[in-house]
Amino acid sequence: MKATKEKILSMYKQMFLIRNYEDKIYFMFLEGIMPGTIHQCQGQEACAVGMLFDLSKDDYMTSTHRPAGHCLAKGVSLDSMMAEMFAKSTGCCKGKGGAMHTGDISVGALPAIAITAGGMPVAVGVGLSCKMRKTDNVVVCFLGDGASNEGAFHESMNAASIWNLPVIFVCENNLYGASTHITQVIKIENIADRAAGYGMPGEVVDGNDVLKVNDAATRAIVRARNGEGPTFLELKTYRRRGHSRNDSCGYRDKGEEKEWLEKDPLTICKNYILKNNLGTVEEIDSLEKEVLKSIEAAVEYAKSSPSPAPEEALNNVFY
Amino acid sequence: MAKLSIAEALREAIREEMRLNERVFCLGEDIDVDGGFGGAFTVTLGLSKEFGHERILDTPISEIMIAGAAVGAAMTGMVPIADVQYGDFLFCMMDQLANNAAKMTYMSGGAIKVPMVMRAPVGATTRGAQHAQSLEGFFTHIPGLKIICPSTAYDAKGLLKTAIRDNNPVVVFEHKLLYGSKGNRAEKSALSPVGEVPDEEYLIPFGKGVVRREGRDITIVANLLMVYRSLEAAEILENEGISVEIIDPRTLVPFDYDLVIESIKKTSRLIIVEEDTRTNGWGAEIAAQIAEIGFYYLDAPIVRVASYDVPIPFAPVMENFVVPSAARIADAAKKLMKS
Ligand SMILES: Cc1ncc(C[n+]2csc(CCOP(=O)(O)OP(=O)(O)O)c2C)c(N)n1
Ligand SMILES: [Mg+2]
Repeated sequence: MKATKEKILSMYKQMFLIRNYEDKIYFMFLEGIMPGTIHQCQGQEACAVGMLFDLSKDDYMTSTHRPAGHCLAKGVSLDSMMAEMFAKSTGCCKGKGGAMHTGDISVGALPAIAITAGGMPVAVGVGLSCKMRKTDNVVVCFLGDGASNEGAFHESMNAASIWNLPVIFVCENNLYGASTHITQVIKIENIADRAAGYGMPGEVVDGNDVLKVNDAATRAIVRARNGEGPTFLELKTYRRRGHSRNDSCGYRDKGEEKEWLEKDPLTICKNYILKNNLGTVEEIDSLEKEVLKSIEAAVEYAKSSPSPAPEEALNNVFY
Repeated sequence: MAKLSIAEALREAIREEMRLNERVFCLGEDIDVDGGFGGAFTVTLGLSKEFGHERILDTPISEIMIAGAAVGAAMTGMVPIADVQYGDFLFCMMDQLANNAAKMTYMSGGAIKVPMVMRAPVGATTRGAQHAQSLEGFFTHIPGLKIICPSTAYDAKGLLKTAIRDNNPVVVFEHKLLYGSKGNRAEKSALSPVGEVPDEEYLIPFGKGVVRREGRDITIVANLLMVYRSLEAAEILENEGISVEIIDPRTLVPFDYDLVIESIKKTSRLIIVEEDTRTNGWGAEIAAQIAEIGFYYLDAPIVRVASYDVPIPFAPVMENFVVPSAARIADAAKKLMKS
């Protein structure tokens, strides 16, 4: 597939934003100026951007404990994401959610669900709702490789399939569930093979190549919008950093790490742009600068935003 | 005597029981992957070196299976110690624990025993609502489960050993801020009490609380982190001339009512402090029981200080507001003295 200049530059910009947002947070976290814990998605930017780029805000997305890339790509505002990380009342969850629960329903991003595979049954319900309300909207449901071993996975895959729901299950296979390597917990090479057991198409995709991801996404989205049912995409990828804060990845094979770190989705995309004359070094430089400025501005916004009043904790239990 | 953190004391209990009984084994997610964390809070770190990965079983992320496999193994002669990374994920396991673990002995007319242990970390630690809940109230409500909650290293070792030898399912609630996990898994603002643990073997029976501090005016019953918050409150109150007795029940099922009754005979006032939310919590049950069997020893209404009835919010200012602080406990005590 050939992307237009405008589209590929825009996808690159989003990936660059996600990478630098996460890096910025990582360093602020180390400095101790940010509360809570973090699960970051550096290395998996192409998955989020490729999958979500063509959706409208009326389409939905469910995310996981590692939600920043998904949320930014779905259109949750950078300022409100950053403010949530700082536990401020201007955050996308008003400081009540935190890093593992970011989202903004007004752009179709459900608050991220940090219970492994916990978002899958919810995505089925969202898909059911899209269908019952006779919309042509779809829901992209992100999950990890580890999540595919949960009971909720089975029930959700089956139901989405029998009811032909507009759900796209996107399994970001980064080879690990926390410290556990996939070969210790899954006997088959491709998780996508599991889809066949539910009568659902399953496809393996290079998750570090945004164009390949976007191509698979396009086909799955068309299928879902046409009422032809769910698709399961397995995106092979890798997280460049630890599972959560302060994880030195002592359980990872150094050779494996090196091999994957060389397949940087940002570099792959940038090289594609330059090689195909879809943008110049100067154009890329200037959009990178713009992104970095917006991140600094978001940090300022977050820092200068008010903290919630303690008593605010008592509100919002019921709608 | 060795000085141990709670994480270390729990690890030693598991190690001793695994040495004594080859049927004892551990299962859970990331519990001792080579180069990994040793469970979410390091309790099982390094155990596979001695016992191998066959007895320190790293599982897929499959909570229903973990809890259910523990039940099945326990019913048929093994002694599993199951692990969940955060207590909140017990909800994923609820069917296996509530319908199978808790009911097997009863449904079989007493023919079957289920000697399993289910370990779960609880407590709010600025991780947000799905990694924060205290769940004692849910589990004390289920007939057929024993519930323990050690707050010191000494108790952690002695109670866990008893739990492993018990012929019934035992749920162990452990507090994230009390473990004393080290290195990459250390917790910010943790209390991490270190305590003396004897070298020779000892067991602590269930249903025996301890007095953590003696006092005359008010009895406080508190568990886990709230023991320490109450001790802090007692210092504040001491300066104002109010003398507080603090009881740590150590096990919630069975519960040491005798110790509470003995204490209120002296103080005639009772406060129950819990990190679990207030409504229908374990504290409500203690209050109701004491009202039934100890009403005449009391000079004032029984008071509960608990987390407010909300999910745990992320922002530290809100989290600190929701979970009982020493100041809030002290305020409740002062008010009670005036009533
Ligand atoms: C039900 C449940 N069990 C365990 C956890 C703890 N946990 C958080 S992330 C994680 C690993 C998830 O692996 P995977 O699904 O591959 O996602 P990744 O972290 O690789 O993005 C685990 C075990 C959880 N959050 N929820
Ligand atoms: Mg993974």
